[in-house]
Order: sequence, then C-alpha cells, then structure tokens
Amino acid sequence: MAEFWSGFLLPLIIMVLEILAITVPLLVAVAFMTYAERKIMGAMQLRQGPAIVGPFGLMQPFADGLKLFAKEQILPEGANRVVFYIAPMLTFFLALIAWAVIPFDYGVVLSNINVGVLYLFAISSLGVYGIVMAGWASNSRYAFLGALRSAAQMVSYEVSMGLIIITVLLCVGSLNLTDIVRAQETVWFCIPLLPMFVMFFISALAETNRAPFDLPEGESELVAGFMVEYSSAPFALFFLGEYANMILMSAMTSILFLGGWLPPLPFAPFTWVPGIVWFALKIAFCLFTYVWVRATVPRYRYDQLMRLGWKVFLPLSLFWVVLTAGVLVTFGWLPK
Amino acid sequence: MILQGIAFYVFAALLVASGVMVISARNPVHSVLFLILAFFQAAGLCLLMGAEFIAMILVIVYVGAVAVLFLFVVMMLDINFRELRKGAMEALPLGALVGLILLAELAAVLGGWIVAPNVAAIAGAPTPAFDQVSNTQALGRLMYTQYVYLFQASGIVLLIAMIGAIVLTLRHRPGVRKQNVGAQISRRREDVVVIRKVTTGEGV
Repeated sequence: MAEFWSGFLLPLIIMVLEILAITVPLLVAVAFMTYAERKIMGAMQLRQGPAIVGPFGLMQPFADGLKLFAKEQILPEGANRVVFYIAPMLTFFLALIAWAVIPFDYGVVLSNINVGVLYLFAISSLGVYGIVMAGWASNSRYAFLGALRSAAQMVSYEVSMGLIIITVLLCVGSLNLTDIVRAQETVWFCIPLLPMFVMFFISALAETNRAPFDLPEGESELVAGFMVEYSSAPFALFFLGEYANMILMSAMTSILFLGGWLPPLPFAPFTWVPGIVWFALKIAFCLFTYVWVRATVPRYRYDQLMRLGWKVFLPLSLFWVVLTAGVLVTFGWLPK
Repeated sequence: MILQGIAFYVFAALLVASGVMVISARNPVHSVLFLILAFFQAAGLCLLMGAEFIAMILVIVYVGAVAVLFLFVVMMLDINFRELRKGAMEALPLGALVGLILLAELAAVLGGWIVAPNVAAIAGAPTPAFDQVSNTQALGRLMYTQYVYLFQASGIVLLIAMIGAIVLTLRHRPGVRKQNVGAQISRRREDVVVIRKVTTGEGV
C-alpha cells in the first residue's frame, strides 16, 4: 500500500496539481486577453471599450462567459451530432495540451522532452481539425466555406513556419525548448534572424486565423465562418481555444526568437526580475502586437493571402534556411 | 513497467479497432477521422518504443498534412451511397476474385520469406546507446552520412512526383484574366485620384 502511494498515487496527485497550475492561470489569461483586446482596440478607435461591469470593466469577460453558458444549445437540423460536439472540444483540448512542453523559467516545465519544438509544431498543425470538423458537421454552407478556407490557409502557412523553425534549430542544434532558450544567452535570435522573426509572427497570425488573415470567419462574407452554427458552451470552447492558441503562438515566438525567460540585458537590475515575469512580458508584448495589427490592417483578399504564403514566404524562408546553414558552416559556428 | 504494458495494449487495441472502423464506417468522413485516430495510436506506440522523433514526424506529416488534404477531398465528394452500394454488389464476385489472388500471392511470398542470418548485426550496429546521443541526432547522423545517397535519391523521387502532379493538372486556359500583383501594388494615389473643385451649378 505504501509503495502504491509513493510510487503511483503521489506522483499522480503532483502531476494533476502541476497541470492545474498551468491551466488555471492560462484560462484566466484568456479571459483577460479578451478584455485587453477590447480595451486596446477601443483606445485605438477613440472609444472606451468595456467600462461598466466591475472597476474599469474588469469583470466583463466573466460576465460574458456566464452569459454564454446560460444560453441555449442549438443542434442544427441535419448536423452530424457526434462530430459537431467533438470539434469544439478538440480545439480547446489541443490549445491546452501544447502547454505541457513550454518552459516558463529554467527548469520550470511540465515535461522537458527532447523533441519539444516538434511536439509544439505537431499540436499546432492539428488545430485545423477542430475547424474542419466543425465546418463539415454543421451542415451549413457558410460554415463549410469557412472550414475549407481555414484548412487551405493553415496548411499553406505551416510549410513556411516549419522552415522558419528549421533556421532556428540550425542555430541551436537541439529540438529541446530549454536548450533553444539557453542558446540565446548571448543574443536573442530576433536580431540575427530578424526577417525570420517577422515572417514567423505573420505566419502565426495566419495560423491562428487572426486579422488580417481572418477569412475563415470573415463576418462580412461568411457571417462567422466555421462557428456560425455554434452557440452556448461549444461556442465558448471555440472562443477559449482560439485565444489560448494566440497565447500559445506568442509563447512560441518568445521562446524561438525573444529569448524566452531571459532578461533583455544580463546584469543587475534586469536579473533581479524572475524569468517567468520576463516570459509573461514578452508574451504580452506579442499579444499586444496581435491586437494592434487587428485594429490597423485591413483584411487580405483570399488570393493575396495564398500568394503571400506560397510565392513569398515559402521561397524566402527556404532561402534563409540555405543562407543560415551556409553562414554557420563557413564561419564554423555550427553548434556541437 | 506495468503502466507501459497497459499503455501498449490500449494503443494497440485502439489502433486495430480504428483500423477496422476505417474500412467499415459507412460515412467516408468518419473513415478519415478513424484513420487519423489510427495514426495517433501508431504515434503512441512509437513513443512507447522510445522513437520520439518518428512519433512526432508521424503526427506532423500524416495527421497534420496528408490527412487534412484527405479530409478536404472526402468532404467535397458528393456521392449517393445507396447507388454506390448497388454497384458494389454487382462487382463483388470480380473484386473477391482479385482479392483472393492477391491474398494467395502474398501468402506465397511471405511463406518463402527468410530473414538474412546476419541482419541483426547490420541493423543494430549504427544505433548508438540512448544515453549517449538523442534520438534525433542518431537518426540525423545515420541519414546524412551513411545513407546520404539513398536520402537524396528519395528526395528526387518526391520531386519527380511533385512535378508530375503539376504537369498532369496544369491547363492553360485562354481568356482568363489574372491579377497582376506588381501593377496593383505599384499603383500610386496620384495616378488614379484626381481632386477637382466643382463650382456649383456647372458640374465637372
């Protein structure tokens, strides 16, 4: 019995607590992300944004959440019931499990696996299933068109994202996320690989279906795209999943290019701040840029979006892979 | 050890079950979804064996790219399944015959299969110990040093397949108006917008 306790039950309880310690702050962050988005967009458009519920409208996301869960669930006629309900769950689930490998500080990571980057890439490439399944199962034209657009878009931008990740890996020599951050102790990768950083950020926008690449939801043509038939809790799951994905992509950008938990300069006043705070600040910076882009840039036309992905980003990132490899080999900088 | 054993049997049983569902599901979209489930279980089995790189690549390539396009195509199909099934019953004897012949051939080949006596030594030799070098590095060393020509050859085969697909589907349709992106971007405000003061009652 004692062996069962110390060998199985205790590690299980610790693991569950660790998972909760990641998920609960993440969900709170998602809630306040929606609030921050509305506030920032309000400020950029000379409005106030939410200001009624709670002090400065801080309770607005919780009011919205409660309202959503109190609404009626509607299953469209002719919809495929099982797939219709699995789709939002899948989206939400995938947005959460990716956080298992994110290092918040040196050694503060749920699972420090050797192929961390590949795991993240795999999970983010699965996000398209939630959308495609939702679009198909809704049995609605708008939803289906949105799903098809989204699938084509995400598959296109994944290709260049993969190549961008390869340039980073060439400079690190490891697929482990902790090693990637530690390789940036001398200089953050956003400086030597600046074009890749910009392209990764734009690809991340496309991957998360954010403006200016939000054609899958394009409300002026498709009403709300793939989630047009969803209401109540399933809709809330989609919403949460989408914002959690945005935070995840920002975390990925911070780890790959902005030096993860590392302080901007490696001496006294900066090193006093714990790494997890730097990491959160970097994520917040990326998220702010997401909102900034949404408030300023008009939506792409679909053919322009495809052109950008295949004819601009793909050749450019391929070129940079070759260039980076060439430079590293020529100067003997290849990591051991 | 017990946990790993349980995990193995769960993955393996789900893999076989979803494989059966792929061919027995009535709805082709469900078939593809079960296929994706099967890929996942296979990735899980690879993880259990310690082949983490293969597992991740399996998910990225097969689930993340190939199956998405599969699903894409299957969802677009507009098939009347009742019609299809009626036709299938007529073709059943011929299909069964072809299947039986293939099965017999397979049995004949597999029955005469002899594993080369020293194969274990060849396969085992280039694999370094797990504690010395990580999975990814071991694979990379093997592929880019010992088997580099085979690796390049497989790359060329894929390239040819890609070119073939493009050649087969490329059609030059006359009379199609294309977007000239360069011209669109290089358009300046001065070239297209004219501001005039219009005096009342006279018009432009």
